[in-house]
Amino acid sequence: MSVHTLTVDGVEVAVPAGASLLDAVRAAGADLPTLCHLDGLTPVGACRLCLVELEGSGRLQPACATAAAEGMAVLTQTPQLQEWRRMAVELFFAEGNHVCAFCVANGNCELQDVAVAVGMDHSRFPYQYPNRRVDASHPQFAIDHHRCILCTRCVRVCDEIEGAHVWDVANRGAECSIIAGLDQPWGEVAACTSCGKCVDVCPTGAIFRKDDTTAEKEAHRERPQLLRAARDQHQWLNQ
Amino acid sequence: MTSSTSSSPAGSPPRLRFATVWLAGCSGCHMSFLDLDEWLFELAKHVDVVFSPVASDVKEFPEGVDVCLVEGAVANADNLELALQLRERSRLVVSFGDCAVTANVPGLRNLWAHVDGGSRQSVLDRGYLELADTGAQHPHAPGIVPELLERVLPLHEVIPVDLYLPGCPPPAERIRDAIEPLLRGETPAMEGTAMLKFG
Amino acid sequence: MAGPTPLQLRCCAASGCRSAGSEALQAALLAARDQLGGAAEAVTIKPVGCLRLCGRGPLVALDRSDGSELYAELTPDQAPALLAAATGLGDGQGDALAGRRIDPADPFFALQQAVVLEGCGLVNPESIDDALAHGSYAQLKRVLLECTPEQVRDQVKRSGLRGRGGAGYPTGLKWDTVALQPPGARTVVCNADEGDPGAFMDRSVLESDPHRLIEGMAIAAYAVGADQGYVYVRAEYPLAIERLRLALKQARAKGLLGAGIAGSSFNLRLEVRVGAGAYVCGEETALLASIQGQRGTPRPRPPFPAQVGLWGAPTLINNVETLASIPVILREGGDWYASIGTEGSKGTKVFALSGAVANTGLVEVPMGTSLRTVVQTIGGGVPGADGPNGGVKAVQTGGPSGGCIPAHLLDTPVDYESLRDLGSMMGSGGLVVMGETTSMPEVARHFMRFSVNESCGKCVPCRAGTVQLLQLLDRFVERQASIADLERLEALCRMVGATSLCGLGQAAPNPVLSTLHYFRQEYQAACRDPGQCEPLDACLLQEVTP
Repeated sequence: MSVHTLTVDGVEVAVPAGASLLDAVRAAGADLPTLCHLDGLTPVGACRLCLVELEGSGRLQPACATAAAEGMAVLTQTPQLQEWRRMAVELFFAEGNHVCAFCVANGNCELQDVAVAVGMDHSRFPYQYPNRRVDASHPQFAIDHHRCILCTRCVRVCDEIEGAHVWDVANRGAECSIIAGLDQPWGEVAACTSCGKCVDVCPTGAIFRKDDTTAEKEAHRERPQLLRAARDQHQWLNQ
Repeated sequence: MTSSTSSSPAGSPPRLRFATVWLAGCSGCHMSFLDLDEWLFELAKHVDVVFSPVASDVKEFPEGVDVCLVEGAVANADNLELALQLRERSRLVVSFGDCAVTANVPGLRNLWAHVDGGSRQSVLDRGYLELADTGAQHPHAPGIVPELLERVLPLHEVIPVDLYLPGCPPPAERIRDAIEPLLRGETPAMEGTAMLKFG
Repeated sequence: MAGPTPLQLRCCAASGCRSAGSEALQAALLAARDQLGGAAEAVTIKPVGCLRLCGRGPLVALDRSDGSELYAELTPDQAPALLAAATGLGDGQGDALAGRRIDPADPFFALQQAVVLEGCGLVNPESIDDALAHGSYAQLKRVLLECTPEQVRDQVKRSGLRGRGGAGYPTGLKWDTVALQPPGARTVVCNADEGDPGAFMDRSVLESDPHRLIEGMAIAAYAVGADQGYVYVRAEYPLAIERLRLALKQARAKGLLGAGIAGSSFNLRLEVRVGAGAYVCGEETALLASIQGQRGTPRPRPPFPAQVGLWGAPTLINNVETLASIPVILREGGDWYASIGTEGSKGTKVFALSGAVANTGLVEVPMGTSLRTVVQTIGGGVPGADGPNGGVKAVQTGGPSGGCIPAHLLDTPVDYESLRDLGSMMGSGGLVVMGETTSMPEVARHFMRFSVNESCGKCVPCRAGTVQLLQLLDRFVERQASIADLERLEALCRMVGATSLCGLGQAAPNPVLSTLHYFRQEYQAACRDPGQCEPLDACLLQEVTP
């Protein structure tokens, strides 16, 4: 297997060809905040938290969606990147209706965690209080759009892992919204297998089990990676 | 704990004039503050509590406050007036808890800003007319019942804030770890889950 | 056909003149010809594409043996007078056309150089026979017979042509990149999703001379080894779509598209794909997603479409004007094309000139022509204004991705680097002139609102950052801002520009940044006088407290 050697914040690492910059960053023992990325799902580079600077070019690239290449010199923690990351997290908080105090995911929320990671103690941007909906039509699960950060993990896990493609994105800009089926109530979408993978991967409390209440959500964000690996490596006995 | 007027013993650092304020919030942050239990005696050695809903009966926010913890969002005319006053009269203002930092639960009525009549009318109608068992009417007592602002604001959108202490409520240890350095004239490091987490 | 040059009336049938009533005018001309009979019957009445001076439509050009004349702002009741003028009869009616005759020596026409637009206004856009008579497809047939793909690409490289969609990437290099990918299928795509406010160059080409684009695409496909192609046109261009579809049908019928083109072994299937009204689909990766039937959102690059494009295959994406330049380049040679323009920006550029300017319309000039020439000499300056800058306050180029260039920099040559150095960009060619009463924070807000409405919503800086920028700009327009807001505005502009996923978001702050750079005093004046600060103003309180 061919290997690429590169540096991450000055630390030399070797990663297999095909690895992403995020893999390289992790191999170097550093870490980057991520929201849209989830191991096992196709990266989309949408949340911009894992942006890194390629030394020399000054260009910013999303580590999750950029292939590591030989000789790259990656900077992950320049003061400028840190400031922009914090601004991005503030923008996430300000564009939705995130009230950690009574959220089902309080204590198990990646948005809450990245706020801590980037040192966000308040949002400098005024909260927008968008007018959004809650869809509790599914017998087991519900989606509270107020808490959605449009990471599209649910869209991708349902499409790529479960193969049902229940979820998609409608509208554009600040009006973007995750929709079930053809913008139907979730409970009426026959394609939904009720597998719960979207609940597992949702980084916030947007998609949750109805029997969970404040701070009770347990996400299983490792599952897409496990399932993908099991498939790729034929780990199941019946294969 | 009551406000003290005693001067500091010779040789020890000057006692800080300490205030806590309760705007639009549930008082949970103050309850968490009281959860500091015996550490409050420690605190009392260093500060004079010159204004506080839980530790003093002073009605007028005093001049020359060193540290002021502000719980709650700015939701009505009284909150606004007090916020402006405390800023003018305090050296260091701390946004104390999620309501002060983000508007949090009191701010939820801002979700009704788009509907006819706006958020103020919607919340009053809901609270005093739709949910009334008997005698449905809007409260109206000019000069006694403060008028609601149309939009509930976090404290820093009204006045400059020096330190943010998030949490709903902030755990007692977080409050202590934020205040302790202030007593020594230092700035606390607000980092990591122990010090920063919302909710 | 023997005899003298036939008398001909060329009636503009492009969107600008149609909106001014050119269809009724042409019908009136046909009716008047029937009615007048006699000498009038010798007059050919022909629909053509854009005659350039769109602001004064409907336009009709009159060709006589002794030259051509142009008439503007005609009404159907002037049709008999126009025919009389054409036939040299009825001198008594000459007054009916008073003030309608445009001087062909006017700088608006005299300073233009038609390269991409050479057939525009001459050929009937709905007739392939007319297009063929004007030389369309001659270069396609020639290169298929005589040239290797490498030779074609070599000419394009020699021409120095750069992408006319705005970014200015060298076209020949892009063609090479696609051609030199590992063996396999390739696709050529024409980006006709022209969406910048004030831009109508591509629409004019499509409506006026669609066969030129088809020929350019076919040559491009041959040069990179593609056998299928798409023209992605925005749905807001119904006439362009109609004419393009007709032209494709005609080209297929003539064997100029499809299998074994012009007797060669080269095959090309070309189709139209109509966008559904999203500005972001002009971004190449979003455009490809849209063609694939997916949601039109951009994806991170690399990999670039030249490597991984439509359905994963190497894909050449060029803009309409770029592809429409190709037949001329091959006819006259790359060196000829490179002799026009400047060192770094070769050839001509088509601009859509609009705004506070006397002559509104379509302008093709050599690269390197100064903005002053375009705006004041060709455009005629701001109507009713004079002075050194002719009442011009600024010129906006590059639409919502570009910037406002102040009047004192009007001597800047129009080329990619000069405009970029001024914090603007060439963009696709929209050029909006702003008069002295224009408020720059309002201009910035106008473009920011456009970006808010057109953000696809995929990445957070563009989706949420532009909304916050718009609200900050509201404060300046409403004169409710503070100096702290100015700092916030700049910091957020930098963040959105640096961290957005695609060019739309990255360039969205440009109208703000460029107006902040050149017209900062207008933003400062929009801040409330600190002495009049209301108590809510945090900036004042900041000064009161340590």
